[in-house]
Order: sequence, then C-alpha cells, then structure tokens
Amino acid sequence: MLSTAVARFEIQYTQFLDEHGRATREWPDFAKDLDQLVDLYRWMVLMRTYDAKAIALQRTGQLGTYAPILGQEAIQAGVGSAMKSDDVFLMTYREQGVQLMRGVTMTELFLYWSGDERGSDFSGPRRDFPICITIAAHCTHAAGAAYAIKLRRESRAVVCALGDGATSKGDFYEGMNAAGAWQLPLVFLVTNNQWAISVPRKAQSAAETLAQKGIAAGIPSEQIDGNDLIAVREAMDRALARARSGGGPSLIEALSYRLSDHTTADDASRYRSADEVADAWKREPLMRVRTYLVAKGAWDKAREEVLQKECNQRVQTAVKAYTDTPMPEPRAMFEHLYASFPPGLESQRAELDAATPEPAHAAADENPDI
Amino acid sequence: MPQITLVEAINQAIASEMARDPEVVMMGQDVGRDGGVFRSTAGLLDRFGPGRVIDTPLAEGMIAGMAIGMAIEGLKPIAEIQFSGFAYTTIDQILNHAGRMRYRTRGRMTCPMVLRTPCGAGIHAPEHHSESPEAMFAHTPGIRVVYPSSPRLAYGLLLAAIRDPDPVIFLEPTRLYRLIKEDVEDDGIALPLDTCFTLREGTDVSLVTWGGMVHETLQAADRLADEGYAAEVIDVATLKPYDLETVLASVARTGRCVVISEAARTAGFASEIAAAVAEHGLLSLMSPVQRVTGYDTVVPLARLEKHYIPSVERIVAAAHRAIEFS
Repeated sequence: MLSTAVARFEIQYTQFLDEHGRATREWPDFAKDLDQLVDLYRWMVLMRTYDAKAIALQRTGQLGTYAPILGQEAIQAGVGSAMKSDDVFLMTYREQGVQLMRGVTMTELFLYWSGDERGSDFSGPRRDFPICITIAAHCTHAAGAAYAIKLRRESRAVVCALGDGATSKGDFYEGMNAAGAWQLPLVFLVTNNQWAISVPRKAQSAAETLAQKGIAAGIPSEQIDGNDLIAVREAMDRALARARSGGGPSLIEALSYRLSDHTTADDASRYRSADEVADAWKREPLMRVRTYLVAKGAWDKAREEVLQKECNQRVQTAVKAYTDTPMPEPRAMFEHLYASFPPGLESQRAELDAATPEPAHAAADENPDI
Repeated sequence: MPQITLVEAINQAIASEMARDPEVVMMGQDVGRDGGVFRSTAGLLDRFGPGRVIDTPLAEGMIAGMAIGMAIEGLKPIAEIQFSGFAYTTIDQILNHAGRMRYRTRGRMTCPMVLRTPCGAGIHAPEHHSESPEAMFAHTPGIRVVYPSSPRLAYGLLLAAIRDPDPVIFLEPTRLYRLIKEDVEDDGIALPLDTCFTLREGTDVSLVTWGGMVHETLQAADRLADEGYAAEVIDVATLKPYDLETVLASVARTGRCVVISEAARTAGFASEIAAAVAEHGLLSLMSPVQRVTGYDTVVPLARLEKHYIPSVERIVAAAHRAIEFS
C-alpha cells in the first residue's frame, strides 16, 4: 500500500446553553456575568420587536419587501456584542440585529427597507459596508478591507456575515482563499438557517458541514449552535482575538433556523412543512436565555413586561421618525454618482426635472408614507 | 526626453504614483516577481515591496472584489486583469458594487480604484485574448472608462485614473504596447479625464475613435490628406462619461462624421456616438454618420484577425462615402 493520508480534518461543534436553558458545559467568564446576559437578552427582545414591526409595516403598505431575522437573534447579539466599533462589518440582507447593536438606527433600517438609499448612509458605524444583496460578492470585499487593515498593521478585524446558500458561490471560495493565503484579519460567520429561499441545506451541498469548506482554504473552521447566545459570543471572541493578534482568518458555521419566510414576498409553506417549523420553534434562541435567567433569579415576568413596553416604545418612536422623513427628491438619483457631477449628464437631469411636475414634490412631502 | 513605448509609459505612471502616494497598491496575477505578462509592472516589486505590489491568487472576480474592499478601506488599488477576455467575471463586481457604492451610500463610501486590462486584437494571441469590451463597461453608471492611444496619453491618463476618486476601467491597446515610441516626460503631470483629444484638425470629415484604432485612423487621415481631404481626428479617450461637446463642435465644422471602433457593431460605443451626433447635430450633417467597426462575429483567432480589425482602407472608404454623399 503506497498511498498515505497527507491531510485530515475534524470539525468541532460547540454548545453551552441547550434548548431547555440548561448549561451543557463549563461557561466562559463573560457568560457568568448575569448583568451582561441580561443586557444581551434585552437586545434580542428589541430585535424581535423591531422585526415584527417591520413585517407589520410591510403588510400595511408602509414598507417595501423585507427580509425578517426571526430565529437568528442569538447569532446577531453574539456578533454585535463581540465586535468593536472600529471593526468592519460586511453583511447580507438579514443582519439587522447586528446593525442595531453597531449603532445603525432603526429609522435608517426602515428607510432602507422602504427603498431609500439614505438608509445605507449609516450614522453609526461609518466604516461598515452597506448590505450586500448579490449573494457572497462581499466575501471578496471583506478580503480587500482586511488586506488594507493588515497592510497598515492596525489591530482591527473584519467580520463577513453570509448564509448557507452563499457557501455554494465562487465569491465565497475566492474570498476565503484570499483570506487564508494572506492570513488576513477576517472572520467569516456563516448563518446556516437551513434554507436558501426554497432550497434546503441538504440540497445545497454534499458536504457534511459548511464549516469544512473553510478547511479547504486553510482556515480554522468550526460549527456552533447558533441559537445559543453563549456559543456564538464565545466563538466570535476567539475568532476576533485571533484576527487582531495576527493569527489570521476563521470560519464559524452557526446552526440556526429561518423561522420566517425568506422575505415578505415569499410563502415558505409552499416548500416546507408546518411540522418542521413547529419543531424548529422548540430550539429558538430567546426562550432558553430567559429560562436560564429566571432560574438564576435575574429575570421575571414583571421585568419582561417592562422590557416589552420599552421595546415597543423605541420601535414606535423610530416608526414615527421614519414616516416623518420627507420623500427624497427625484433629482437625488443624479447625486453621488461621481465625486463631481459630469457636465454631460446635465441634459438628462433637466429631462427628469421637466418630467417631474412640481405638485408631485408637494404631495410627497405631505404624505411621506406613500 | 526619453522615447518610450506605451507599456513603458504605463509602468512609469504606476511607479511615479506609487512613489508619490503610499496608499497606492498594485495587484494582480503575476504582477510581482514576473513583472506582469506584458512587463507593465516590471521592477515595481523590488522598489515597493510585496505588501504594495501584490501577486494574487488566480481569480479575477476576487481581484476586482478585493480592490473594492481595499478602496473602501482607504487604499488606492490598481488591479490588473491579464487580458480583457478574463475581465468578464469582474463585471458583477464592477457593475453591482464598484459603480454603485458612492450612490447607494449617499457618498459615505467610495471606490477610488483602477481596473487595468489589455484590450483588442492584433497580437496573434490565443482565444479570449483579443476582446473589445468597452461598451459593456461604458453602459455602467458610476464608473469611468478610459482607453488611451499613445504612450503620452497612457502616462497622463493613468495618473489621472489613479488619482480619480471614483472607479476607473483603464483599457490598454495591446497591439500598441510596443508599436510606437514617444517622448514622455516622467513629470507626474496628469492629463484630464472626461475629455476628447483632437489629434489632428481638419475641415472635411471628422474621424472619431479611441484606443488601438487611433493608429489606423491617423494613417487613414494621412491617406485622405494625400487625396486632398483634410480629416479631423478625435480621440475620445474617456468613453464614460464622454465628451460629446467636442465631437459635436467638430461635426459642426466638417459636416461629416465617421466613427471607428474595433468592437462588434451592434450596441457598440460607435452606435452611441452615431446616435448622439444624429440627435444633436443633424442640421450640421451633410451625410449620414458612418460606422467602421469590427463585425458582429466572434473575434477570429490569429489567422483571420487582421480581417476583423477595421483596416485603413475601410476607414478611407467610409470617409469617401461621407464626403462624396449626394
């Protein structure tokens, strides 16, 4: 027998808090701080409240097509709390929870999902990239940003969030390969929510795990329970520390479940059973944290009611600010194409002006939600 | 003043700007130790080091995507795609991302990057090495498309492209890389973008062209001069956003217009010029606008390529049709 194994791989799976709210192993230090857990739980409840409101706004014609985050709050709270403000976040269209934690306002999120570019001019994390709608294209942007950071010897890190479907794309492999080749300060966070619109995880790839795709690029890769807040935060802390200390990239596959439709334009009942969704609800990420906190005496029904009220108020305030925002002027489509306005475009802008009756501006201002 | 080739002028411009601006990096396949397959980056690795002269893994989409990420994080990347036939996988990155980043973030993020790629047929290269994709890029909002035609223009326009705060697709006429030499002063002075260059003044016909075809067009103008016709030769140079005013002013003087392009005819950039001249200059025209272009075929391999590239004879014949129209 002349052949020899020259490489082997193993993918570790990590969970700290199971679906019943019980610790399954020794916890990292940060998770022993109940105040910190309460704080993260509060973020998760805010995410869910915001998300439900966004769907309600869409259903009543006050928002465009919207991609809900329902069921992915633990991943988003874990990522959002682990990152530093001067790190760089590159995202899919289903990361609004991370965005909120990084200082994007809820009003900006509503603006974006209403179809208004001003929603990508974040007032908070100015270095975070706008949402990447074309799947996985941002994996290469992330490698470029991380290269720039490494070249300048800064101790910042880049986090690139993507989904299970994105791991089938060339851009994902190309970005990972670059990150491995140059040992870039970059964390790929794959939210495996089991569904890429109607295509289930099993049909997406024959690989046993998505994490092992990182092994091919020479990147330390692992799988975690993405519905376990502690596991997400702990894995992100390790990966970010590695990135900041020159240890290179990481890949984390966070197992979760998309409890919502793909978007408000989708009807998931066409391609998956109610039983499967009901079963997934048993593992959703909020309840297990609440159960744990209640058992520790750090949370109760009264505090939950106060929190719900606070969250509702915050969301309402943001909705008001959003609906009070005047419509953009049609002329805005000619702004920010280039650093300076090309003279040759002047006649086209005049064409738009001529085609835009003045009363339309006034009506839009009076009725911002149309 | 040294006489240098177009590819040497490219190298000189990159070196000059890398020395001046520490944020400029040069990336691509084989651009480091090898100095680029056409040697356009020769010597840069030794001078600026591997951090700034970057040999990349073999993935064109990644090169374009990384350049976007680098540019947003404050570098000024120059990305080389070895041949424009391999640039098609960058189109998603250029069209969906580089060209939109400023717009979709309302100016919060910009992509000051240059994507360089050799273009056009005529060097007996293998398949996919002879493309003229300028119209595909020129159709994309938010980017610049620049296509120089001489060593001097290549030097000055590449400096301008690197300094430009927006993404620039910089197309380089492969068959002119070493065909002509010119005096080029390495003075770090950029030439203006978004403007045509009138290479020769004339009163009888306007010959409008860009990139590699400038060479044949100037020869056609010589032929026409021998026949007693004074042709004006306009090098469009920046195809997006382009300088229509100079073209219209020329047509207003000559009354006749021939547009010469190596790319396939249908929906090509020559059609844009012809349409704009018809739309805005009809009353100046004494004859229909003529297009002399590559055919709507696949660019043939080496043995037939010279029959595809518009010849001096075809340009002269089109000028005759324009001038002698009645």
